[in-house]
Amino acid sequence: MKFYPGVPAMPGTSLDNHTGNWRTQKPVFDHAKCTACELCEQYCPEPCILVADDGKFDVDLDYCKGCGICAEVCPFDAIKMVLELK
Amino acid sequence: MPKVIAPRDPKEWSLFTAGHTACAGCGQSLGARLVLNAAGPRTILVNATGCLEVFTTRFPSSAWRVPWLHSLFENASAVGSGVEAALKALGKADDVNVIVQGGDGGTADIGFGSLSGMFERGHNILYVCYDNEAYMNTGIQRSGLTPFAASTTTSPVGSEVLGNTTGKKDLPAIAVAHGVPYVATTTVAYPKDLEKKVKKALSIKGPKYIQILVPCPLGWGHDTALTIRLARLAVQSGIFPVIEVENGKLTSVMRIARKVPVDEYLKPQARFRHLFTPAGREELARVQALADANIERFGLLGARAG
Amino acid sequence: MARTLEKTQVMEGSRAIAASVQRCRPQVIAAYPITPQTHIVEHLAQAVANGELKAEYVKVESEHSAMSAVLGAEATGVRAYTASSSQGVLLMHEVLYNVAALRLPVVMTVANRAISQPINIWNDHQDAMSARDTGFIQIFAEDNQEACDLQYQAYKIAEHKDVLLPVMVCVDGYVLTHSYEPVSLLDQDLADQFLPPYEPSWALDVDRPVTYGVMLGPGEYLEHKYVLQQAQKRALGVIEDVAREFGTLTGRTHGGLVEEYRLDDADVALVGLGSLVSALREAADQLREQGIKAGVLKIRTFRPFPAEKIAAALGGVKRVVVIDKGYSLGSGGILGMEITAALAAAGVPALVDRFVGGLGGRPIPASTVVRAVVAPELPRSQDGFLDLKPEYLGEGD
Repeated sequence: MKFYPGVPAMPGTSLDNHTGNWRTQKPVFDHAKCTACELCEQYCPEPCILVADDGKFDVDLDYCKGCGICAEVCPFDAIKMVLELK
Repeated sequence: MPKVIAPRDPKEWSLFTAGHTACAGCGQSLGARLVLNAAGPRTILVNATGCLEVFTTRFPSSAWRVPWLHSLFENASAVGSGVEAALKALGKADDVNVIVQGGDGGTADIGFGSLSGMFERGHNILYVCYDNEAYMNTGIQRSGLTPFAASTTTSPVGSEVLGNTTGKKDLPAIAVAHGVPYVATTTVAYPKDLEKKVKKALSIKGPKYIQILVPCPLGWGHDTALTIRLARLAVQSGIFPVIEVENGKLTSVMRIARKVPVDEYLKPQARFRHLFTPAGREELARVQALADANIERFGLLGARAG
Repeated sequence: MARTLEKTQVMEGSRAIAASVQRCRPQVIAAYPITPQTHIVEHLAQAVANGELKAEYVKVESEHSAMSAVLGAEATGVRAYTASSSQGVLLMHEVLYNVAALRLPVVMTVANRAISQPINIWNDHQDAMSARDTGFIQIFAEDNQEACDLQYQAYKIAEHKDVLLPVMVCVDGYVLTHSYEPVSLLDQDLADQFLPPYEPSWALDVDRPVTYGVMLGPGEYLEHKYVLQQAQKRALGVIEDVAREFGTLTGRTHGGLVEEYRLDDADVALVGLGSLVSALREAADQLREQGIKAGVLKIRTFRPFPAEKIAAALGGVKRVVVIDKGYSLGSGGILGMEITAALAAAGVPALVDRFVGGLGGRPIPASTVVRAVVAPELPRSQDGFLDLKPEYLGEGD
């Protein structure tokens, strides 16, 4: 790697850091309960909430740090935080 | 190897990308993401030193998909002034948004002089202050925006003192006093409000100031899942009034449907734990009085008058 | 050639410097007033107000913000300018490191002035010396013609693709900035020929959204400092090339890194920076009249420090007398230390006298220099200080 003048970093390259390995608990999405209200997506600080093929919301575990905000804000009880044993 | 992109994936749509190293549940990273996506890709960001700068730009990676520049802690407003002046010189000023952003310390304390200069000179810049109410990046020291009674590492609780002895510096009022045409506050609990205010600010020529309350699980001592709930309770209790001031006139406030006692906001936060001991009774009453005064000052309860 | 040089006219130094800066076509100027820099930035403000200079003039609230604003402007891809002095240079100190490390070719004129306390608005070199580690290139002007010519050269050096470092043009406050001397400015066409429009090596651009000002950890920071040092070293050659090119174009030369005067057969070399060099030349002439073979080495470029050039120029002399206008308390004269180190590294055996004078605007006439050469015992016994007044020495009860 070289230092170009000004030491640039390229846009969006933080995606190379998979912060999912920080996690001790993960959100599990119940697609049956999910109404696609978007609240979890709106409030995710990473952001790493995505829309799955069925149109329901889910999480990108490559980046999820397990903060639990999505489960906390979900009005339909569709997200459960579960302890992750590694 | 990029994963298969889902039908809607922030890897694709967000100008602020995951993989940054903010703590889990960070209110500031949420705030910054909401601000930038509301502003859009034709935006230049100038960032003060602080958590946001550190957790997004550890070489060789960056969480930004717009041009972004960081120089120092106290000079972001001056750097932004130079960026804006250069855009004018290049004839690109009408085509590009300039947003300067910093934390509460970088805004209210060390960067206050350069912020005042930027306001007073009338640069066409939106300044965003992510207010997490202390110097979190250096280990939770008190800033000029730390609220009354909060315990920080430099306003600790001891036998003689119960946390911070002063209240928050009223930065929105100071911005208004500069003749800043658009001044607003909001919190990360209200993304629609936040996005609307950023867009509105960027539609106005001249300096703009938005202060966003961003809970910090580490510094406030709360469960990472409670970031949004606390950012909402701060408003519903009257602790943090959400307002808009245009050309010196208060033009909107976020109404409180059901006034929440400050206890509900304070209790989940370790920085206010001492208020719920016998010694803290008087301070707790003062925090309630401060919230009540805000409600009174901005008319947060009752019927709305335009 | 004469066609493109403007007629020589007697002008105040600051006005002539401002006129030269104007001909460099800076697009953004940000400055904060401080004596004795003020006349330079006032004249530029007037030129902008008159529409003679198309530039954005940002009237910042401090020198810290002045350097920060030119940082932001250069980072957005325009040529930018500021000027300062003394406390102003100290207040912007941390920004100087930023500008250099971001490889932004800012040019700043420093009207050199002493540092408070006690407050003193007169000339010495402490302000520039305090910035010597920042990554800025530092070039000192001997007279106002050189101060003018350096403005064009400074941008050319700074913006050179092998350099990309900011340049500090050091001009002795009052001695030069407020004195009237005959100067010749470049015709705008000639200035444009010498200094084409700025083409940035990088710029903030919404169509190319790159991140600048990142964090480097223990794994990379050391290497980045090395990269900056290599750019400083490449500047050694570029500074000489640019001075030569300017000389060819205008017929005016002031030296590149160093300039020698009557040094070929000299036993004693007098060494200094800035306007002091004129007094050194006069002293060398007087010493030769007294039978002492003296010459002068003008250090024009202080950063990058031209150690090899200096060692080569002083290789044949028996004695070197350095007169500093900047001092490192607890150590000694700063230029003197660097000259000593350069000669030692090159195995030059000359005896080096490290004297200091002229602090806080005290004049250093040629007679002081002559005395320092022929009667060095007293200043040697007084930490190198020249012409100390005994009645002020020691601290009262």
